Amino acid sequence: MTQQFYVSPEQLMKDRADFARKGIARGRSVVVLTCREGIALVAENPSPSLHKLGEIYDRIAFAAVGKYNEFESLRQAGVRYADVRGYSYDREDVTARGLASVYAQSLGAVFTAESKPFEVELAVAEVGTTIAQDHIYRLTFDGSIADETGFIVMGGQADAVVEALKGRWNAEQDFGEAIRAAVDSLRYDGGSTAEPRAHLGSRTLEVAVLDRDPLTARGSIRAFRRVPAQELDAMLGNDRAAV
Amino acid sequence: MLPEDAAATIGRAASTSFSDYIAAQNPAALPSARNAANHTGTDLAPHATTIVSLTYAGGVLMAGDRRATMGNIIASRHIEKVFPADMFSVLGIAGSAGIALDITRLFQVELEHYEKIEGTRMSLDGKANRLAAMIRANLPLALQGLAVVPLFAGFDTTRRIGRLFSYDVTGGRYEEQEHHSVGSGSVFARGALKKLWKPNLGEDEAVKVAVESLYDAADDDSATGGPDVVRQLWPVVYTVNGAGARRIPERSLARAAEEIIASRSVSGREA
Repeated sequence: MTQQFYVSPEQLMKDRADFARKGIARGRSVVVLTCREGIALVAENPSPSLHKLGEIYDRIAFAAVGKYNEFESLRQAGVRYADVRGYSYDREDVTARGLASVYAQSLGAVFTAESKPFEVELAVAEVGTTIAQDHIYRLTFDGSIADETGFIVMGGQADAVVEALKGRWNAEQDFGEAIRAAVDSLRYDGGSTAEPRAHLGSRTLEVAVLDRDPLTARGSIRAFRRVPAQELDAMLGNDRAAV
Repeated sequence: MLPEDAAATIGRAASTSFSDYIAAQNPAALPSARNAANHTGTDLAPHATTIVSLTYAGGVLMAGDRRATMGNIIASRHIEKVFPADMFSVLGIAGSAGIALDITRLFQVELEHYEKIEGTRMSLDGKANRLAAMIRANLPLALQGLAVVPLFAGFDTTRRIGRLFSYDVTGGRYEEQEHHSVGSGSVFARGALKKLWKPNLGEDEAVKVAVESLYDAADDDSATGGPDVVRQLWPVVYTVNGAGARRIPERSLARAAEEIIASRSVSGREA
């Protein structure tokens, strides 16, 4: 007969948190940052079709690190939530705050009740008409939610990237400058003492933006736009010439 | 082998349809959720009238007049009946206006939802089929007099041509060549289109042909509104080509309408 050992709730939660953290740490980082022109989302992702960044609604985007199958199902659920809400109420009644709060509930429920927590970390970003109205929510595997300003970095080596980005980012940058700052910072994920990695190009990057004013820029109310490889290389090419 | 419930999710994933999802979650939110019992609702609610669509060099165009009627009453002079469905397609609606507007809204969300979930746009034939399914779902109401008959046009991004589709109340989908029209004034508009349409029309000429065919429809059909110079109301016209769907600005429409009115006044004939 197998003996059921007593495990304290503290130990149980700690084990689960360690398990989730370990899973998340394996992936490359994702940066979400606000700037003058809108919100830029930069992910290190070698796959051109398995996205880490996605469109949720008119002014809301999604970014994630961790296990693909888990965050992909959360992304699809988020799109359903937003579309149902926008269809039954109105388009302007879909907010990042509402979405982040249902994500937090779902992640929290899985963390405590399921046999294994989600090994994901999510960001829900909503672009406003001014920088002050931008919202970036960070959601972790245990269902905690944080309303961040400026920028967030998610993934295993997030702290090192945050350190690198602090000196490179400011709110007055345009998309080109902000994306260059984020891509440059991703190279320093080995920490400030380690040698930075070689330049990153469009092959290993996935970049998207939320335009602050998509209606005048593109005649669309949907702010989310993926930056195509060619445009991205041109953006980063300037950077290389300057270095 | 996959566990049974895990395998079932694969089957369910075949449909990323918003309307299927909402039918399961909240069926009352669907346009077809209405029930007119055994009554006929023909004169109950506003009725939207004539839509014309024609192909031109590099794309397809759709235009609709601005009138909605309830029996012999003009319910609206401002109604818009042509809408962009997504970046590369437009739809025009004729029939029971309230239901048609709901179907339009559902169809727009359906296409956007698919695009976001799948990360790619639906094919033009796929879009035409989804619209057919929504019209089919409205059949019980159509039999009670609340029919919706859309016209769907879009740019086929793989074949690089503009295509247009008409529907019947049972959800039958028919691809049309050159031009087509639906609604109460469609017979007259069709006659005008037959004389005015030529292969490879330029965009400006195509706009003028569409406005003129609606003028002819309004001339003979009391439920279709002609260009209204007093209120400065012109038809709603959208073009779709390789660059996407675009609404023709009021200025161009005013000019096209005024030219037609002027040329008809000058000729001084009865029709």
